[in-house]
Amino acid sequence: MAYSLKKELEKPERLAGGHRLCAGCGAGIAVRGVLRALEEGDRAVVGNATGCLEVSSFIYPNTAYYDSYIHSAFENAGATMSGVEAAYNVLKKKGKVKETFKFITFGGDGGTYDIGLQSLSGAMERGHDMVYVCYDNEAYMNTGIQRASSTPRFADATTSPAGSVIPGKVQNKKNLTEIMAAHNIPYAAQTTFLGDFRDLHSKAHKAIYTEGACFLNILSPCPRGWRYEAGDLPEMCRLAVDTCVWPLYEIENGVWRLTYEPRKKLPVEAFLSKQGRFRHMFRKGNEWMIEETQQYVDEQWEKLLDKCE
Amino acid sequence: MAIRERMSGNEAVATAMRQINPDVMGAFPITPSTEIPEYFSQFMANGQVDTQFVPVESEHSAMSVCIGASAAGARAMTATSSCGLAFMWELLYVAASSRLPLTMAVANRALTGPISIGNDHSDSMGARDSGWLQIYAENNQEVYDNFIQAVLITEAARLPIMVCQDGFITSHGVSNIQLIEDEKVKAFVGEYEPEDYLLNDRNPLAVGPYGTAPYYMEVKRKQAQAMMDAEEIIGDVARRFEELTGRSYGFIEEYRMEDAETAVVVIGSSAGTGKAAVDELRERGVRAGLIKLRVFRPFPAKLIAEALSGVKAVAVMDKTDSFSGNGGPLFSETRSALYDRKERPLMVNYIYGLGGRDVTVDHFFEVFDALGRIAESGEPGETYRYIGVRDAEERRR
Repeated sequence: MAYSLKKELEKPERLAGGHRLCAGCGAGIAVRGVLRALEEGDRAVVGNATGCLEVSSFIYPNTAYYDSYIHSAFENAGATMSGVEAAYNVLKKKGKVKETFKFITFGGDGGTYDIGLQSLSGAMERGHDMVYVCYDNEAYMNTGIQRASSTPRFADATTSPAGSVIPGKVQNKKNLTEIMAAHNIPYAAQTTFLGDFRDLHSKAHKAIYTEGACFLNILSPCPRGWRYEAGDLPEMCRLAVDTCVWPLYEIENGVWRLTYEPRKKLPVEAFLSKQGRFRHMFRKGNEWMIEETQQYVDEQWEKLLDKCE
Repeated sequence: MAIRERMSGNEAVATAMRQINPDVMGAFPITPSTEIPEYFSQFMANGQVDTQFVPVESEHSAMSVCIGASAAGARAMTATSSCGLAFMWELLYVAASSRLPLTMAVANRALTGPISIGNDHSDSMGARDSGWLQIYAENNQEVYDNFIQAVLITEAARLPIMVCQDGFITSHGVSNIQLIEDEKVKAFVGEYEPEDYLLNDRNPLAVGPYGTAPYYMEVKRKQAQAMMDAEEIIGDVARRFEELTGRSYGFIEEYRMEDAETAVVVIGSSAGTGKAAVDELRERGVRAGLIKLRVFRPFPAKLIAEALSGVKAVAVMDKTDSFSGNGGPLFSETRSALYDRKERPLMVNYIYGLGGRDVTVDHFFEVFDALGRIAESGEPGETYRYIGVRDAEERRR
């Protein structure tokens, strides 16, 4: 059936409005986008690592989720959902659970790239039938924009501030999607919010309905941390993919496929210049930062093209 | 008819697990509890259980799996020791405050610093304020019996439970044991039918909210109430267990306490050593007695106070130190339990058996000798003492 955003939006919402995420935040868009890919009639248990999403969407006594939901800690979202899935397998076999349930866990980049990486790796290796979704906003936003392994080089974060000697974060961003792909899971993909959400929808649907452990990495801009105007979120996503800073691709049963190729690859300045976190890169004398960023993005892009069919 | 067997404490736990046939087991090996998941995975391999066995990459994930499984509506279990228990720390609190029934076998072992695989109680005693129920065993029979009772206790109390035994001493020590028939255990523990759970087809559930100040304290107060209410549940389950097996279990065991002038309070396998000392002292005409604590959480303060109020001098034995500079955890709680009594004994604390240090009948003689002098002089002297340690200064006698 052809994809139609209009049709998709007519489905009942699975994340209620009135949650307390900031205006212009990508996390809620990621959750709505992924949960829309559930077939109507299928139940889900939604998991969540501690983070912005958790403290904004399940504040006692209100939950924003239509489906069952579990949060237990920051670093164990993968393992917690492993337990839920294991319970489902046995209770379904015993006839105690009749309906079909899907298992979808959301974590920010802090809970996924860093503190929760071991738990996630274990869940992927064991092959639980679940999807782990990282909404990647490239820093520890919930605690106030500290650097993470997901933070790109030169970004000005509160524990990697741009100063007169050190120009923001020193290291490059960790490539988590490739680390997940190296687990040889049946499906891993990278996406963001683009146009009619076709890319995100199709990847979320594949991830949910592919048997086994699947991983989705969604670039989810944060207006506070990146310092853009709330209404500019779609432009941030568009520029991230058109500069190839955040390429869209998927790995299905070991086959790498690019799902979006920019008509015209834009220079990284187009992405960087819109965000306060990179402002210092545009000061006189700092041209080398932009040059090195461009060089790094080009190298990574070429490597990715080599892997894709 | 009960089944006569001989087996180690670990095998006894694994056997109880097989008979209970839980839905989910999360497991990561750590000495000296490793044999439990080993035995259990053999039961899996032989098709003797219906359990989903989740062999995780750490104890942290083992506890996380149990939390997820229990919230989902499953009967969940795990086993651990020492650093494995310490690695679960944060999640122990999550499990208890989420009011999730869980049964965890603990083969007690010293915490690292320096690393030791020997037995003491620093692991589970360190977790004493995490909101878990805690039951301790003296011997293999008690380990087995406690574990079977624990499943019913945790589900009725809606608080997770640790079933503790002394690492190596009972976990690896083989002794005679009476097993209950499989079908009797099955009937005793019944089916787990939770009220609310994630996989409820008719009514979704959300677990693990952000608790703002207007709500957080009510959650904690209810948790405290659940711990107090567990007292009745533990008693009821013990009565049912006695009807099934004839074996009787209380919160404490009073050994030759009727007319005791001096007494020791002890937890775990050392109670057996202490009882041997008491027997011999009684032969010599010394009115010695012993109290063994089976349930540490909830703490049976009233029972202990009643049992000790008429005694002249008491030594509380801690197989861990809490490094308060003022004695171990059992000492603090026992002494506090006696405070409101008009009649209370003189009381001292002995830290003993750390990191697998052997505890012998002679050590108990030494303790009772000291108690005799204290009872006679009416002076407790230094209350915070070490026993069985080489450096004389460290003993602070």
